Amino acid sequence: MRSEPAAWWFVGPALLVIGIFFLLPVLTALALSLSDFDIYALADWRNLRLVGLRNYAELLASALFWRALGNTLYFVVLGVPLSIAVSLGTALLLHSRVARFKPFFRTALFAPVVTTLVASAVVWRYLFNTRYGWLNYALGGIGISPIDWLGDPHWAMPAIIVFAVWKNFGYNMIILLAGLQAIPTDLYEAARIDGASIWRQLRHVTLPMLSPILLMVGIMTVAGYFQLFAEPYVMTQGGPLQSTVSVLYLMYEEGFKWWNLGTASAVAFVLFLVIFGVTTVQLRWMRTGSSV
Amino acid sequence: MKGLVTSSLVNGLLLGLVVFALFPLLWMLSVSLMAPGEASVTPPPLLPAHASVNNYLELFATRGLGRYLANSVLIATLATLASLAFNVAAGYAFAKLRFPGRDRIFRFLLGALVIPGQVAMVPLFLLLKQLGLVNSYAGVLVPALASIFGIFLVRQYALSIPDELLEAARIDGASEFRIFGAIVLPALKPIIVTLAVFTLLGTWNDFMWPLIVLADQDLYTLPVALAALSREHVQDDELMMAGSVVTILPVLIVFLSLQRYYMQGLLTGSVKG
Repeated sequence: MRSEPAAWWFVGPALLVIGIFFLLPVLTALALSLSDFDIYALADWRNLRLVGLRNYAELLASALFWRALGNTLYFVVLGVPLSIAVSLGTALLLHSRVARFKPFFRTALFAPVVTTLVASAVVWRYLFNTRYGWLNYALGGIGISPIDWLGDPHWAMPAIIVFAVWKNFGYNMIILLAGLQAIPTDLYEAARIDGASIWRQLRHVTLPMLSPILLMVGIMTVAGYFQLFAEPYVMTQGGPLQSTVSVLYLMYEEGFKWWNLGTASAVAFVLFLVIFGVTTVQLRWMRTGSSV
Repeated sequence: MKGLVTSSLVNGLLLGLVVFALFPLLWMLSVSLMAPGEASVTPPPLLPAHASVNNYLELFATRGLGRYLANSVLIATLATLASLAFNVAAGYAFAKLRFPGRDRIFRFLLGALVIPGQVAMVPLFLLLKQLGLVNSYAGVLVPALASIFGIFLVRQYALSIPDELLEAARIDGASEFRIFGAIVLPALKPIIVTLAVFTLLGTWNDFMWPLIVLADQDLYTLPVALAALSREHVQDDELMMAGSVVTILPVLIVFLSLQRYYMQGLLTGSVKG
């Protein structure tokens, strides 16, 4: 095979940058997570000691770490299916032949995705306000008494999930809509000729044809939702009673508030392993699912 | 008759979802034009009694919002230019140039996509500290320079450039750089716009990394400044809504004017699965 030596001028700079500013730090993170890097080491590297797996052992013994992991799982387990359900429902509506003004609807529904997360979280903090917020006012209209959304440990995470669904559903909606448009129309023709109802068409044509895309969307959304950070930072600052401390929030506080950079690296690696594990399970699920 | 019912149901539901999607944004705009304290009543008002831009004036005059806006514009612009410079060339090379190890390196990069960016943040912070780049524009820019996603995006598109076109130019004696400038770049124009919009929006909206790397308030980007302001001014709804409008409006305008390119990137980026 002939090769173009000039190619290295094209890929070299990008590979160098990715190597130095991404891959090297990832490897260093592994080493750091095995060290006691703290504010003293930050001042003078000679204070740095390798401590083996002590950071990990301490994490596993820490109540706050389990709390953060539990909160994050709660967010993922509830938030991802809800998000995808709204995305799928919206995509099906948009795909419907009777839907009007499709380009307008599509753009309007997608708008929250491109808004700045911090800014829209600020907006939603006021919508969730116990006394003056629109949400409680609207719920009051149907006889539900005011909920202290962001101040009650039971409601803070559900509130963040509602916000996350609003912010993100448009993204998967576009991908699923493209998937729906790729399903050959003669499949539906055949189903109609057989007298299949809308629901049976949905169950026996649409969902099976869409399942590879649904699983891919699921994998991407799970990985994204595990990286919960800005929402609790802006809306609840991890509270109340640590009910919205996420894994990344913990990493941020350990690393850049208390300067326990060794511990923070260990937290980051645990998050990576969790995401990696869940993704692997989902991929295996996809393979066995598609071979059936 | 049945068709009419279905049609009203579908369009009614869509309209309801649009209200869900847009109400927070429209309400933000409305409250930003209200007088201080006006929104803190029951029932919450929909429209200002007397619309005024006083909140915006206060933000720019006394809260330094102009400075943060300028920081955000500068950083997002530089990040976009850098990302184009690194990723377009690399994406093209992975698609069309032959060099040893090409496919192995590309597969390795795709595999590395599974690593969340936050894993690199602590060491990257220490590295930048050594280089004296913490608390500087350059420090914010570094992770945005080249991205695996950007390379992937360009590569997928560049695969469609016909090899014969490049071979013909080579036979005519054109150098690889000339071919890149005269043939490849024009052919890649749509995906270059897509990558630019993605990087621009991504950098503008980014929060965690600038929060970590910027200590000096004068260097804050809009999201970092807004988060800090909103922690101080919990009661000032109207002021915070104006700050949110200033943060969101620029990206919304960029998105609306280049929507086609953005959606194309979103769909290309998601077929990798």
